[in-house]
Amino acid sequence: MAWTKNVLRVNLEAGTCTTEPLNMQWAQDYLGQRGLATKYLVSEIDPKVDPFSPKNKLIFVTGPLTGTMAATGGRYSVVTKGPLTGAIACSNSGGYFGAELKFAGWDMVIFEGASPKPVYLLINDGKAELVDASHLWGKTVWETEETIKAQHQDPQIRVAAIGRAGENRVLYAAIVNDLHRAAGRSGVGAVMGSKNLKAVAVRGTRTDAYQMANPEAFFAATEAGKKVLAANGVTGQGLPTYGTQVLMNVINELGALPTRNHRDVQFEGAHDISGEAMHEKRPTDGKANLVTNGACFGCTIACGRISRMDPGHFSVKDKPQYHGASGGVEYEAAWALGAANGVNDLEALTYANFLCNEDGFDPITFGATVGAAMELYEMGVLTEKEVGFKLPFGSTEAMVKLAELTAKGEGFGKIMGLGSKRLCTKYGHPELSMTVKSQEFPAYDGRALQGMGLAYATNNRGACHLRGYMVSPEVLGIPVKMEPQATEGKPAMLKAFQDLTAVVDSAGICLFTTFAWGLSDIQPQIQAACEGDWSEERLLLVGERIWNMEREFNLAAGFTAKDDNLPPRLMKEPAKTGPQKGAVSKLDVMLPEYYRVRGWTPDGVPTAETRKRLGV
Amino acid sequence: MQKSLHIDPNKCTGCLQCEMACAWENHRSFTIAKSRIKVFTFHKEGRFVPYTCTQCDEAWCMTACPVDAIRLDPVTGAKIVLEPTCVGCKVCTIACPFGTINYVASTGKVQKCDLCDGEPACAKACPTGAITYVDADWTGLGKMRQWAGKTDTNPATV
Repeated sequence: MAWTKNVLRVNLEAGTCTTEPLNMQWAQDYLGQRGLATKYLVSEIDPKVDPFSPKNKLIFVTGPLTGTMAATGGRYSVVTKGPLTGAIACSNSGGYFGAELKFAGWDMVIFEGASPKPVYLLINDGKAELVDASHLWGKTVWETEETIKAQHQDPQIRVAAIGRAGENRVLYAAIVNDLHRAAGRSGVGAVMGSKNLKAVAVRGTRTDAYQMANPEAFFAATEAGKKVLAANGVTGQGLPTYGTQVLMNVINELGALPTRNHRDVQFEGAHDISGEAMHEKRPTDGKANLVTNGACFGCTIACGRISRMDPGHFSVKDKPQYHGASGGVEYEAAWALGAANGVNDLEALTYANFLCNEDGFDPITFGATVGAAMELYEMGVLTEKEVGFKLPFGSTEAMVKLAELTAKGEGFGKIMGLGSKRLCTKYGHPELSMTVKSQEFPAYDGRALQGMGLAYATNNRGACHLRGYMVSPEVLGIPVKMEPQATEGKPAMLKAFQDLTAVVDSAGICLFTTFAWGLSDIQPQIQAACEGDWSEERLLLVGERIWNMEREFNLAAGFTAKDDNLPPRLMKEPAKTGPQKGAVSKLDVMLPEYYRVRGWTPDGVPTAETRKRLGV
Repeated sequence: MQKSLHIDPNKCTGCLQCEMACAWENHRSFTIAKSRIKVFTFHKEGRFVPYTCTQCDEAWCMTACPVDAIRLDPVTGAKIVLEPTCVGCKVCTIACPFGTINYVASTGKVQKCDLCDGEPACAKACPTGAITYVDADWTGLGKMRQWAGKTDTNPATV
């Protein structure tokens, strides 16, 4: 009984907090976290609803392994209809917040309506209340957390908040918890802002909130799992030492590092912004960018980067508030803020990343939007007069300035806050937006890695790397090596990854465990925590059910097979350099096969038989 | 051989496995609010520091207790709270210079680290070796070895 079996429903319009029992049938069918909250969302909202309408809902959700000693058992997700894509949005975060929510006795918090004035939700175990947040509106995430803790004289409160980006409805605003962990993608923070909800503050001290179904088996399974993580080269060494940044040089050498808005697939400055560079002593002050690695709740991998900037760097010279240590760049952020726009200044990337955490916006979409803006500028479509300054590829000053403007919602930052699809469309070149379903690609080129291209095109939440990480087989050889340019077998492999990922997310653990763990490592942990029989077959069926449920929501929202595509650049412009030179995406070969292995029609719609088999 | 907990903050990543293990050992729950060991995050310095009772030889909590509810375990050296005897007066929490003995409102008693009868759950759960349970007389052995390794006694062979 690893569920608390309690759902907190908060009606922001009426200002009420009510408790209801968790739908245990749904818990059996969708496990928890991503799957379970999505089931609630799709059952309660109109798929065609405007994401900023009070009729959209926002759900914070934990999984059965959240708040347990299972390695990485601290994940929570935020589920809503996303404003960047108009599709299902589910953003996953670590840190300590999710476990605290569970300790307070809640599987899920459902926000509905919109508050007439700024509020935050304060949860103290079973007691939940909406508190006036007018004094917090306009403040950053960092100021908000500090103020709430001081106000309640409790340094142990965990806070998830939006910054000014969420208030200003930046379409890729994030919800940031524990200062630098984020439910980062798809603009879940903007939905929170549209509801006048500034933060969720939680203190959980209950010892009776939930129980392990079989404690003895649970410890046996989780301890075995931890040993596997420690012994694995990626989770035991690579990630703790270099973080996800272990990939920067590897992906660049493979010719799969999108550079300057995907014009190139290799970046000459890759080493300067790599995980290795974060360890090197700076010539300016003799210190390394990286202070230490840090873990999220319950995580025995500890891939998090804690960085300290060079206080003499131009971006923070007179700003002592950025001279302390905080969350440093992960691979995706380093790529987006760096290679995507040709900037190779690690300190500037770190500063922009601090701003993303401080005011709550997604560095991937932001950085990729900078890259798109720079291309428009170099084409002469976007002018210095409109932006307010010069915007060529590689300009560190311009990237930093845009991050500051976007954080504050000032000047050209307002346009930046729309993301690259709307920016490029506004200036007459929608084809230059490197997006799927209006969400920007992360740090792997979809031409260079054919499977990743397919993963992006078919992703339910728009382009992202966290729903079917084909980099594992195509680069790392996990679970088997697949050549980057091959297409055979990739649709089936992608389906397997997508379904497994849905299970991992829904359990409340971190996807990074799957560098080392297979389903056979995960299944016993879920089995020991949850009541009922959770065989591997059943879990994969749950994963497939979740994937199809998300797909059905998108179809009902108006998406079609036409939206399972890639920008013309990836389909027509061959990779210019490196081992994948000459490559274009072979999506047209893979997509029909993908629909087939999914049990969908040639139009990408689940067949009646598939629907019946999955019960969606 | 008596052992003691040895903490090396440089190795701590802030994962809180130790806090969960402690809470489980004593409350059969992972709720870290009940843990007797706490990991402190010094965010701006990028440091994580686990902290708990060091089992003072001259234990002020034990001396201050008016009802003799804190006793010495002669085997482990731990100072142990006898719950049935404790009256929850909290004088020990005032006496302790380090704050590592604390009142638990739900039980009306105080709690502190008791070294889990010689098998500390926190040390077992720590994935990085930041918390170890070692020979009480030689908590400095690891550091000594580290520095010994840096001693250059024969420059010719380097």
